[in-house]
Amino acid sequence: MATAAHTGSSATDDARVVAALRRGDEAAFTALVHRYQTLMLRVARGYCRDPRVAEEVVQETWMALFEGIDRFEGRASLKTWLFRVLVKRAITRGTRERRQVPFSALGPADDEDGPTVDPERFLPADHPRFAGHWAAYPGDWGALPHERLVSRETITAVREAIEQLPERQRTVIAMRDIGGFSADEVCGALDLSEGNQRVLLHRARAKVREAVERQLGEAP
Amino acid sequence: MDSPADIRCHELVELVTDYLEGALDDAARTRFELHVVACRGCANYLEQMRATAELVGETPDVEADPEQLDELLEAFRGWHRRTLEES
Repeated sequence: MATAAHTGSSATDDARVVAALRRGDEAAFTALVHRYQTLMLRVARGYCRDPRVAEEVVQETWMALFEGIDRFEGRASLKTWLFRVLVKRAITRGTRERRQVPFSALGPADDEDGPTVDPERFLPADHPRFAGHWAAYPGDWGALPHERLVSRETITAVREAIEQLPERQRTVIAMRDIGGFSADEVCGALDLSEGNQRVLLHRARAKVREAVERQLGEAP
Repeated sequence: MDSPADIRCHELVELVTDYLEGALDDAARTRFELHVVACRGCANYLEQMRATAELVGETPDVEADPEQLDELLEAFRGWHRRTLEES
């Protein structure tokens, strides 16, 4: 497992890190960069198509941390603060960038309605006994050999499915399931209500699930 | 008393994340669990969604460029020097 489930940063940890940065502690800074850099890049790339722009946004976010550190009051956690700044900048840069990209090149819109599972998978409403129940059961992934479930092919399918998600869904799933952020931390960083966060996570995971199912060849 | 039929499979699949996030109230959670116990299809679906979250955690990271990390450390040193000069 690459970076999932970082130990949560408590207020005392944050205060210690902030104090170390103010002292110019390079080890503390390097540790912080190693902890968040790759996830920051991933999140930034969700908004900026040009990887160089995404890299710039991440660099700028670190600079903003230096400049803002004296005003850091610990009301939000350091990581929430960092990703809040990151996402704001990424959106600004991404929007500017997008004006130069043909509309057809844009990702899918933020679909937040409609079922997340193909209605065809369920028996029709006029079915005498089992309306709305599975027409055929989804497979039991637990019965698959572990190597098959986490094969390179599956992981590739997962990555591609994530890339095709609408921006906000992609950001939420990356922060939650890759970065190990809590729901509260994601809400704080992205200015989302709890309900909205759950909807985005649900839709994102449902689409990735579908891609895995397709890859495993279990879809009817 | 609630029976598994109170909630249909196509409705249950939309509640999976609310369930995993602990966002269902007691009554809804009980209905959800009663259904899953009685329905293999939904039990599998729930497990698939759990497994999906784990699979997402297995995707490789975007590589951080070592040069970029050096630049960052340089920027950090520069910033710290400036704060010392200012104080």
